[in-house]
Amino acid sequence: MREIKASTITELVAEMCQEANLYLGEDVVDALKKALLEEESPAGKEVLKQILENVDIARSEQIPICQDTGFAVFFVEWGQEVHLTGGSLEEAINEGVRKGYREGYLRKSIVSDPLERINTGDNTPAVIHTILVPGDKVKITFAPKGGGSENMSAVKMLKPSDGVEGVVDFVVNHVRESGSNPCPPIVVGVGIGGTFEKVALLAKKALLRPLGQPHPKPFYANLEQRLLREINNLGIGPQGFGGRVTALAVHIETFPAHIASLPAAVNINCHVARHVERVI
Amino acid sequence: MTVKHLQTPLSDEDVLGLKAGDSVLISGVIYTARDAAHKKLAELIERGEPLPIDLKGQVIYYVGPTPAKPGQVIGSAGPTTSGRMDKYTPLLLKEGMKACIGKGLRNAAVKEALKKYKGVYLAAVGGAGALLSKRIISSEVVAYPELGTEAIYRLEVKDFPATVINDAYGNDLYEEGIKAYAR
Repeated sequence: MREIKASTITELVAEMCQEANLYLGEDVVDALKKALLEEESPAGKEVLKQILENVDIARSEQIPICQDTGFAVFFVEWGQEVHLTGGSLEEAINEGVRKGYREGYLRKSIVSDPLERINTGDNTPAVIHTILVPGDKVKITFAPKGGGSENMSAVKMLKPSDGVEGVVDFVVNHVRESGSNPCPPIVVGVGIGGTFEKVALLAKKALLRPLGQPHPKPFYANLEQRLLREINNLGIGPQGFGGRVTALAVHIETFPAHIASLPAAVNINCHVARHVERVI
Repeated sequence: MTVKHLQTPLSDEDVLGLKAGDSVLISGVIYTARDAAHKKLAELIERGEPLPIDLKGQVIYYVGPTPAKPGQVIGSAGPTTSGRMDKYTPLLLKEGMKACIGKGLRNAAVKEALKKYKGVYLAAVGGAGALLSKRIISSEVVAYPELGTEAIYRLEVKDFPATVINDAYGNDLYEEGIKAYAR
């Protein structure tokens, strides 16, 4: 059986925390450049120019892209032929977050109790989603999530009779109501199916897909395009100043549903759509 | 697009000269405050106790920066969502605050208070914290250091870019923008 040391995970996580907060993925940068070409509103164009300049400054001067360096969210696919030595996975990841956020001068944004609200001082605990998969590899995805866009999330337990139109109305109305709050242009993650908790996770996972990569099923790829069109017709525009580009992409993830249920969820990401991935 | 230069502290005349949609460049001293500091300031105001900063003519920036690296003035420093401060904003305007900088929607009570007390709500580009940090030339904590990133900082800014969202006349750029581009 293959062995991986907890300290290896910790070092890797620390690196990932810093990388994700300094370097925006090329897929997102390309989408922002395309948005600048498509945007008609002068105020919207000015916003997109500032956003692109900000990405360059972050990279060249090593300043975090956004001051909200996020809740540290991890997706771990653990090969079942791998044995972890020298500690628990949870503690290995949390230690990596402590190290990465301290050494990277990243913001500590987590309070220890939701109502008492005392900062933990090291940005832990992380939110960790782990699944066991066949094989002897470990894949870790880190997606820091800002509070402003995370607050603009919603789950609705629709009726099966609401169908595709019910899903479209829910998603588009939710983005309309969110307006300028989640820092448009946004990426819209949509979950459809499963249970109450599953659908929220689907919406979050949808945000991890490279921007512009359509759903593999033509039906859902078309629905993504329709939602993107309807969202961009809202006129909210970059930062809500009015314009053509409210969303850069809509990604849908689905799961089988109960005969009585049609759950739907929206998880919004701001234009600083950060995620990095490593395979050990 | 014309750009208006603002020097802090702001007067009623400065505020009344601004209209929703205007681009501004702010220079001078501004103060930071977000959720936790607002809660503390509001409690002091309600108890009639003195505030750690004089709000007359002041600009409050809703920001919780990343820590400064050695040699840096401040870390990444972009605006946070303003709606969470709605509960406290009318109270601060009554105490003399003239402008606040954040991003995102404000409620009806804030818009009404901006008219009543002659104030403006400005937005900086959310998610442009690295760029905005370059316009901050000095930074020091002046109250609530125990709040860490949520402490009140006194910032000196030079040509800090923002856009007028809600002016003192009841106009709203977010509404006007949607009207112009929705289809």
